[in-house]
Amino acid sequence: MGNASSMLTQYDIEEVQEHCNYLFSQQEIVSLYERFCQLDRSAKGFISEDEFLSIPEFSLNPLSKRLLRMVDGLNFKDFVAFLSTFSAKASLRQKLELMFKVYDIDGKGKVTFEDLLEVLRDLTGPFMSEEQREKVVTKVLEEAGYTRDSVFSLDDFVQIIDHPGLKMEVEVPID
Amino acid sequence: MTSSSVAADMELDRPNLEDYLPPDSLPQEAPRNLHLRDLLDISPVLTEAAGAIVDDSFTRCFKSNSPEPWNWNIYLFPLWCLGVVIRYGILFPLRSLTLAIGWLAFFAAFFPVHFLLKGQDKLRSKIERKLVEMMCSVFVASWTGVIKYHGPRPSTRPHQVTFFFALVFVANHTSMIDFIILEQMTAFAVIMQKHPGWVGFIQKTILESVGCIWFNRNDLRDREVTVRKLRDHVQQPDNNPLLIFPEGTCVNNQYTVMFKKGAFELGCAVCPIAIKYNKIFVDAFWNSKKQSFTMHLIRLMTSWAVVCDVWYLEPQYLREGETAIAFAERVRDMIAARAGLKKVPWDGYLKHNRPSPKHTEEKQRIFAESVLRRLEEK
Repeated sequence: MGNASSMLTQYDIEEVQEHCNYLFSQQEIVSLYERFCQLDRSAKGFISEDEFLSIPEFSLNPLSKRLLRMVDGLNFKDFVAFLSTFSAKASLRQKLELMFKVYDIDGKGKVTFEDLLEVLRDLTGPFMSEEQREKVVTKVLEEAGYTRDSVFSLDDFVQIIDHPGLKMEVEVPID
Repeated sequence: MTSSSVAADMELDRPNLEDYLPPDSLPQEAPRNLHLRDLLDISPVLTEAAGAIVDDSFTRCFKSNSPEPWNWNIYLFPLWCLGVVIRYGILFPLRSLTLAIGWLAFFAAFFPVHFLLKGQDKLRSKIERKLVEMMCSVFVASWTGVIKYHGPRPSTRPHQVTFFFALVFVANHTSMIDFIILEQMTAFAVIMQKHPGWVGFIQKTILESVGCIWFNRNDLRDREVTVRKLRDHVQQPDNNPLLIFPEGTCVNNQYTVMFKKGAFELGCAVCPIAIKYNKIFVDAFWNSKKQSFTMHLIRLMTSWAVVCDVWYLEPQYLREGETAIAFAERVRDMIAARAGLKKVPWDGYLKHNRPSPKHTEEKQRIFAESVLRRLEEK
């Protein structure tokens, strides 16, 4: 015995569950705890940047650098809270809020032309020139009735992107 | 072969990940007009990232499985305690003693042979080979190895001298004990990572006499030299058959990672060996980042037994028009099917290094192309 799950008491699990607004079941939290301990190789109580990047599938992600700024150094409770956005039970609004935060990485509370450009830069790397990217962003902004100087608040962002087909779900494996 | 072409070879040793992934995992969307909403929607990329954080096939390859607790009731618990007493109090000391006697006998015979029979190389290497095989049997006995060998045992000398064709054996890799298990039947010359400590000492003094080749996987120049040594080795009919673990790292015996193509481009027949451990008593996976080899051995020596099956499979030849990578994959398929392992497309060296940015670039290229295409459609 003595495996990771036995170190979480019922009380701990409930506390974590409350922290993530009951978006994960208790079983899922136990699974996530095992995963957390596995990733936190030196058992510091948080997962470092280097440990996140040791997952090849994560480090290959074009947005991994940006996401790292959000997840680096999270303790288990916040780790679960971050992932709870990807739960099937999380609201669309919550998912869009996370997406907004990825754009607004420095937490100004608004997304500018520059932010859009930066994310596009991460996503396309050397395969689009800077002019091409600017052209693309300007063009789609203008078509939607905005300009380069438009600034988006969270509500604007939600309104633009809101569509029921959006799927941002990750299943937690339970064994 | 010049050194620059070897270096180029090394680069090619990193095959394209996309070649391995099923084609539907690449995004294939119907071109339509690009709206602001489409550009802003980064949910697929985020989902992928979160999915990788929650679970990923690479980490699964190196997860040790803790044994299922079975001492869960009042009747079984005393039995379990008795088991602990027997395993640690009786079996372990007995096995340590066996091992110690084995080593003493081995050294007592090995060093005189090694230094006194300098002139008669043939006889000397024959005796040394037998001694190494014996020592490996002692090791297997020290964990009460219950090993079933299936299929024809690798042919040795007489066969090879009459019709000489170069052979190389490849096996899936779970722990350094794979080598011991295979070596007790046939003296292979193995290609292995250099190790520190007592293992390194044995590598340098003893195993070199059966023709083993050591290298440091992080040193590219060392790898070049190794390639050359491999080619030389297979050309000599007198040498012990070569054994390569093409995964290059220990995997937990439930998965198999990419096979490095080095073994498959030597131009000789490849004999696959599939090794499957039964985890009923102990998990034979050596997690070298968490445990030293000594601790790993102690864990094995305090368990009831190490149960394992070894299959020697039919020799395979490079087919016409087949690349070394495709050949390696074909052999990996055979081993995976025989030993019941799941295949993942990752390079085992990712345990030590970050993946090359090439794969990220591939994703970026696909995304950029789709954006540009959809923009032009207008």
